[in-house]
Amino acid sequence: METNQSHTTKLTINGSVYNLALLPWVSLLDVLREEIHLTGTKKGCDHGQCGACTVIADGKRILSCLTLGVMKDGSEITTIEGVADGENLHPIQKAFIECDAFQCGYCTPGQICSAIGMLKEGKANTREEVQELMSGNLCRCGANKGIIDAIMEVKKGVYHE
Amino acid sequence: MTKLPSIGKPVSRLEGRLKVTGSAKYAGEYEAADLLYGYVVNSTITKGKIAVIDTTDAKALEGVIEVFTHENRPSTAWFDFQYADMDAPPGTVFKPLKDNEIKYNGQPIALVVAETFEMARYAAIKIKVAYIEEEFETDLESNINQARDPKKGLASMLKPPPPKPKGNFEEAYQNSFVRSSGEFKHGTEHHNPMEMFATTVLYEGKNKLKIYDKTQGTINSQMYVANVFGLKMKNVQVIAPSVGGAFGSGLRPQYQLFMAVMASLHLKRNVRVTLDRAQMYTFGHRPPTLQSVKFGADENGKVNAIFHKAIGETSQFEDYVEVVVNWANMLYPAENTLLEHKLVPLDVYSPLDMRAPGGSTGMHAIEITMDDLAYRLNIDPVELRLINYSETDKSSDKKYSSKELKKCYLQAAEKFGWNKRNPEPGSMKRGNKLVGYGMATGIWDANRLLARAQAIMTSDGKVEIKSAVTDIGTGTLTIMTQIASDELGLPIDEITFSYADSAMPFAPIQGGSFTVATVGPAVKAACKALNKKLFKKAKNIQDSVLSAARFEDVIFNEGFIFLKNNPELKISVAEILEANDGKEIKTTNTSMPNPLVYGKKARAVHSAVFVEVEVDQELGIIEVKRAVTAVAAGKIINPKTAESQILGGMIWGISKTLHEERILDNRFGKYMNANLAEYHIPVHADIHELDVIFVEEEDYFVNDLGVKGIGEIGIVGMPPAIANAIFHATGKRIYDLPIHFDKLL
Repeated sequence: METNQSHTTKLTINGSVYNLALLPWVSLLDVLREEIHLTGTKKGCDHGQCGACTVIADGKRILSCLTLGVMKDGSEITTIEGVADGENLHPIQKAFIECDAFQCGYCTPGQICSAIGMLKEGKANTREEVQELMSGNLCRCGANKGIIDAIMEVKKGVYHE
Repeated sequence: MTKLPSIGKPVSRLEGRLKVTGSAKYAGEYEAADLLYGYVVNSTITKGKIAVIDTTDAKALEGVIEVFTHENRPSTAWFDFQYADMDAPPGTVFKPLKDNEIKYNGQPIALVVAETFEMARYAAIKIKVAYIEEEFETDLESNINQARDPKKGLASMLKPPPPKPKGNFEEAYQNSFVRSSGEFKHGTEHHNPMEMFATTVLYEGKNKLKIYDKTQGTINSQMYVANVFGLKMKNVQVIAPSVGGAFGSGLRPQYQLFMAVMASLHLKRNVRVTLDRAQMYTFGHRPPTLQSVKFGADENGKVNAIFHKAIGETSQFEDYVEVVVNWANMLYPAENTLLEHKLVPLDVYSPLDMRAPGGSTGMHAIEITMDDLAYRLNIDPVELRLINYSETDKSSDKKYSSKELKKCYLQAAEKFGWNKRNPEPGSMKRGNKLVGYGMATGIWDANRLLARAQAIMTSDGKVEIKSAVTDIGTGTLTIMTQIASDELGLPIDEITFSYADSAMPFAPIQGGSFTVATVGPAVKAACKALNKKLFKKAKNIQDSVLSAARFEDVIFNEGFIFLKNNPELKISVAEILEANDGKEIKTTNTSMPNPLVYGKKARAVHSAVFVEVEVDQELGIIEVKRAVTAVAAGKIINPKTAESQILGGMIWGISKTLHEERILDNRFGKYMNANLAEYHIPVHADIHELDVIFVEEEDYFVNDLGVKGIGEIGIVGMPPAIANAIFHATGKRIYDLPIHFDKLL
């Protein structure tokens, strides 16, 4: 079986370089959570249906559960642990706290990474467009209003770094 | 020196930073040395026996440590009662891997333990199972002839059976000026918290475990593990600091806990078992229910006859009950009632409490019937509720300890703009969309149980409060800290609330909207007792300025004890601690309702819900464009987290009404859409304008904080309000849930 043949994979995660010997069947999500112990990225379905595992890879939001670790050889990955600038929270993070944009907090890392990626895409201008383009990230607690409020506040420039 | 109280302030969640930076740890995320991963194998048949389970190929794979099945399961407790948890219904608790018998589709039948998650998952598909299949029944509707009374048990305490018949329903109904009746059908729903059930067990030497578990009750899981595996309670510590949603699914220990503990004890290793999303559909769920409702009213709209019958699903091994039919007479004081609740045992897993169990089911039928009555009487739906308003719970003939529901109707109607409604169905339009306004009432219990809490003043003058209670995202940490802050007169950042650890003072499972009303008073009591201890020590200091003072004469503020009518006279906590040789001062206290008084009044939280829907005329697509919920729930400790609780409930209402639908193929007894792509919950694009009003309500009968629960009231009134709005928009009265576009075409 090919799966027991590991591949050397270089990942830059939150600015740190990792040279990893990865088995090809390990998802990027499990690499982050189980190999590097960055458990901020969440597993909500493992099938690309919930968005909890969203990370930013080379500037784009991706689903780390539908990505094999070996596919990202050479990539720069930002996870929720790398979003803040040291002690200084990212505006989206600040807005999430202020707008009570989470309850249990489990979908939160994915929502935040997705929001950062979405804002960078520059396609969403209105509240409706933000709602639409954030709809890949499910929230079961029903914090939807707070989440969209928080993103809109950041778009308006209420929160600064 | 006056400091504004913390209670009533919109304090942002104290664990907020942890949650937005990914630092909050959930059960399946704790690191452990040489951790083993367990993967569960589930039955693919619905009923029968395992003839052969061949694990040879799985075990031969490199990295696979062990495969547990019913054939090699280490021995566990013998007696049924040892498996019972705090939320166990009457019956026989399901025991994983007990024998070769299959009771439901998806039943766990094996656990693979391997060095990596991937290998465990791969090995699971190498297990060969041959079954002997038996006939089964999973369909509620075709088995209603099996309906019978539920067995009674401990659970009946919080879930009372329907009250006995009153008056003569049949006669009163036949003689009513108007009559309304309906048959209501609800499907199964699954909790689907975003975090999947997970347990990490740390093996700490002979029969001693530290367990990180996804649960709504650390002591509930601790008790279960200790009883089932014959361990001492003190050797089982269950911790659940962050819980990624639960909504009732964590009220009972789920099977990954059993599996992880079993493997850890047998292998003497650290083990983690995490369920996958499909497996999240293989345990408790909101049961499918059939309801039959008949209301009769006089010419003034006064409801005088109420019939409400519910038939719910249960498993073959436990009698799961919920309160479905008791609510109508708690709200509407009819003299003639006939209320029944029956169960049909089917070859499924036992249902389980899911946000507003029973209430969100029964109130849907009740409030649609009220809306229909309003149309038949040509009375405004709000007016009809006011005509039938009562300060007394007629079902028990007890006066409500408080009930500001009238204000809920009026304030929500005002905010919503109910007066702009043309009552004629189909009369309001916006482009090619039909617009409908609907309203409904919500009600839920305001209960309180026993809890304990500990307060410790450390040598630096800061205070730590301890309770075993969890915070499943409701805001418990923040709220308990606020309660302690006010009682101690200390700012929030000088208080640490330590929680979610079974080694801490007792708290019941976190459910039933009773956590703040149960644990809050215990925290308050411990803080007060700590103040008394401090005061006593202050008096005993040599030449104490407070030597003649009584406890009632002083206040505690910012680290000082002041004499109320002469604030110049004060003693600092630092002085007291110094006199105490720098030793910490602590107290543990119990708080519970007074059993002689508590039952004398009816206690409930109420809501009024107003909803605007748009229905696409050609496509039948339904959207909730606006909703306003006004809630009367006593004192609101934290309006920010409280609003989120109600908004969450409202979105659950939208979800229940317009989205969630499990599809069961009765030929196989199997759920066909056990994933988040096909089992729909609302996405951001589905959620529009939502408003929450908290109506002032004072009630110190319920507890000395004046708080009622708000975890469930948000959902209760939404489904009927949406259904009533759909009727107003389209003229179509839809009795079943969920309502998808096909029902309007």
